[in-house]
Amino acid sequence: MTETRTPLRRHTLPVIAVLTAVVLIWYAAAVWLNAPQVSERLEGIGEPWGWRELVNGTWSMERPVLPAPHQVADNWWTSVFDTAVDSPRSLIFHAGVTLGATVLGFALGMALGILIAIGVVHSAVLDRGLMPWIIASQTIPILAIAPMVVVVLGSMGYPPLMSKAVISMYLCFFPVAVGMVKGLRSPDTLQMDLMRTYNASAVQRLFKLRLPAAVPFLFASAKVAMATSLVGAIVGELPTGAQAGLGARLLSGSYFGQTIQIWSALVMAALLGVALVAAVRATENATNRLMGARA
Amino acid sequence: MKTGRHALTAVAVVALIVVAAWMLNTVNAPEAPRGKAAGMVWNTLIVWLIALWWTLRRLAALPARHRLKWLAPAALGATFLYLWELLVVGWDVPRVLLPAPHAVADALSARWDVLWPDFLQTALAVLAGYVIGNGAGLLTAFAADRFDFLKRGLLPLANLAGAVPIVGIAPIMVMWFGFEWHSKAAVAAVVTFFPMLINALAGLAAVDAMHRDLMHTYAAGHAATLLKLRVPGALPFIFNALKINSTLALIAAIVAEFFGSPIVGLGFRISAEVARMNVDVVWAAIALAALAGSGFYGMIALLERGLTFWHPSYRK
Amino acid sequence: MAAPPSSKASNATTPAVVASGLSLVFQTADTPVTALSNVDLTIARGEFVSFIGPSGCGKTTLMRVIADLEQPTAGRIEVNGTTPEQARLARAYGYVFQAAALYPWRNVLRNVLLPLEIIGIPAAERRERALKQLALVGLEGFEKKYPWQLSGGMQQRVSIARALALQPELLLMDEPFGALDEITRDHLNEQLLRLWERTGKTVIFVTHSISEAVFLSNRIVVMSPRPGRIIEIIDNTLPAGRNLDVRETPEFAAVAHRVRLALRAGHSYD
Repeated sequence: MTETRTPLRRHTLPVIAVLTAVVLIWYAAAVWLNAPQVSERLEGIGEPWGWRELVNGTWSMERPVLPAPHQVADNWWTSVFDTAVDSPRSLIFHAGVTLGATVLGFALGMALGILIAIGVVHSAVLDRGLMPWIIASQTIPILAIAPMVVVVLGSMGYPPLMSKAVISMYLCFFPVAVGMVKGLRSPDTLQMDLMRTYNASAVQRLFKLRLPAAVPFLFASAKVAMATSLVGAIVGELPTGAQAGLGARLLSGSYFGQTIQIWSALVMAALLGVALVAAVRATENATNRLMGARA
Repeated sequence: MKTGRHALTAVAVVALIVVAAWMLNTVNAPEAPRGKAAGMVWNTLIVWLIALWWTLRRLAALPARHRLKWLAPAALGATFLYLWELLVVGWDVPRVLLPAPHAVADALSARWDVLWPDFLQTALAVLAGYVIGNGAGLLTAFAADRFDFLKRGLLPLANLAGAVPIVGIAPIMVMWFGFEWHSKAAVAAVVTFFPMLINALAGLAAVDAMHRDLMHTYAAGHAATLLKLRVPGALPFIFNALKINSTLALIAAIVAEFFGSPIVGLGFRISAEVARMNVDVVWAAIALAALAGSGFYGMIALLERGLTFWHPSYRK
Repeated sequence: MAAPPSSKASNATTPAVVASGLSLVFQTADTPVTALSNVDLTIARGEFVSFIGPSGCGKTTLMRVIADLEQPTAGRIEVNGTTPEQARLARAYGYVFQAAALYPWRNVLRNVLLPLEIIGIPAAERRERALKQLALVGLEGFEKKYPWQLSGGMQQRVSIARALALQPELLLMDEPFGALDEITRDHLNEQLLRLWERTGKTVIFVTHSISEAVFLSNRIVVMSPRPGRIIEIIDNTLPAGRNLDVRETPEFAAVAHRVRLALRAGHSYD
């Protein structure tokens, strides 16, 4: 059902239409949600006021209920480009902190997931004994442990980066493990039989057949794992005491009622997530080309 | 003979349990040596582990359809809990760092009067958000399926949303809907919306060309084709989303509670007790959340089996 | 019963299908493909006609045009005296695909009930009709089974029963037995012939098996590719009421030989 010929062209116009609709609704909602406070203030001033004053007011509040898109864009721009990179007001600084934990957690999670998958495929004990627990672990809201892990590891002297990475690692190993198990088991029976006729050892089979066959599954899981790792890093920054990172910025914005700060931190987190998954996708495309897949 | 093999395995399991009980008992005794001084226990443990691996191999060798095939994962799970208890008690691990399973169980029963209302509060948010999010996702999928322009506009954005940490909207939701469960339900709803939208659309589109042609030869209208062909065919995809969303909604509600909650809620309890370093209560709350999460997932899986029994994945 | 076409009254002498100068050109990414080129064909009611030819000769495309599943780019076509679309809306034909295309979430009976549900026939009458069709294809007793519990041949029989459920005048079959083993094919061929004799429907049957075409039909339309066109239409001289033994007779070989000559003339073996 999906077109492969000109996907960009097919989707560009509708996406722009939907985005435009979203922005328009956003502006309208800003007027609607901020109106009570603004109208109260305008009444207090005493001068006659109409729609123009109301709308202008709702789109330029300091602590709005819903900031207007341009306010968020402005704050974001300032925090990114007009602030020193090492200052605690810089979104780049916070994004960098979160990025570090995300990438480290992602790498650890991938390694753990792949190792577990290789173990499960080669050992009946792990396959029967461990795999059901791995699948069951998906149903457990592990993210709830995040604050505790950070605090406990922190009290043992580990830097917050480490504890956040541990949380992210735990979150992402699951999709990688499940996906890789499927991938390592994906080769045709015919291909496996061919390896038997060559009297290939298990290690040779692993590197020459199973791992290459598992690459598409690896990348599919990697995209999910990267997004999950980011969530893990952000939630890991939530316990009180965390000063740096996008999660901390969200939390401080929430404590001090700085709505616009919250929104621009959220935008930064969204951009970070999209960029990271895009990086995974780019790696996937490069790998596919190296492995001779069809364009 | 088969029964001979099974008998040997059964004997091994019993022996393992007896030795395990002995080790735990030794270490639990009030004046018992702990840590490095309990060398005898640790030497026994090493031998015990080797015997355990041997026994697990035999348990794992049971054929897949055997009645007792659950023994292997159950044994591994029980071993995990046992080792946790033994090592924490035997090495005198500080409670603040990692409490023993029995301490967690104690905390669970001691603080039940607080944890149960917490659970109810969170469960309310989870269920409300789950229903709203999945419902909205399904309806939007039907609309996008009907109007191709909408589908082409929404689908890339929905896929993009998968990369965005949506739980981050929690502080905004708290600001809009207050500290009560409504804000947590809102976060859960938004989080569950996108996976349902993507999966439902994929399911509706996954219809065979042959089936579509067949409906065409019956001159069946859009509604009849939708109802009789595409919705039943989309059910496996929809259930896939429902299962994923069951965990996502729970996580979303708990994390949202980290951002601001009245004085009830599992997430609130976790962050409050973390601040007080009552780690065993934290573990108890998490255990409760884990049980609830698995139970929720299990119910949906059962429902899925009932409604999509016909799917090839159920036939081996 | 399905509503008859509104404009022209179809009577016993209106031919089932009339095609004149029918052409279909597909626009693909590289070059346009002529799937059908100037097809002239008349099929009378009650005939059993086979379309035979190699891949790409347009036989399936021609049948899909008759079924209103494709639109011709030139020429005229009439089905039951009206356009293919009108015929489709009047539920004038039943289509049997290469695969059974049964719904795995419905049991055998409910699969046959599907078209009847769609056109809104009341429940009691639906059930009666469906059971009758299942008996016709020899599957009484299998109503509660699910498709995956049946063999390939039985699934196709359910598919045929489903196609007959609407009591169409026209039965369109696109290589229905191609995926089955030869022994099952032979069995089903015989059953189909008996079914046709009992019901008197017009059957259009696409195949690439010469012996199947010669055994089943009373007229064989030989087609060839590049561009898709009719090479020859052969009248089958074999006696009616035949069974599988007729395939060993010299008359059978003679007709098959004529078909093979026609295929060769159309460069099908190049």
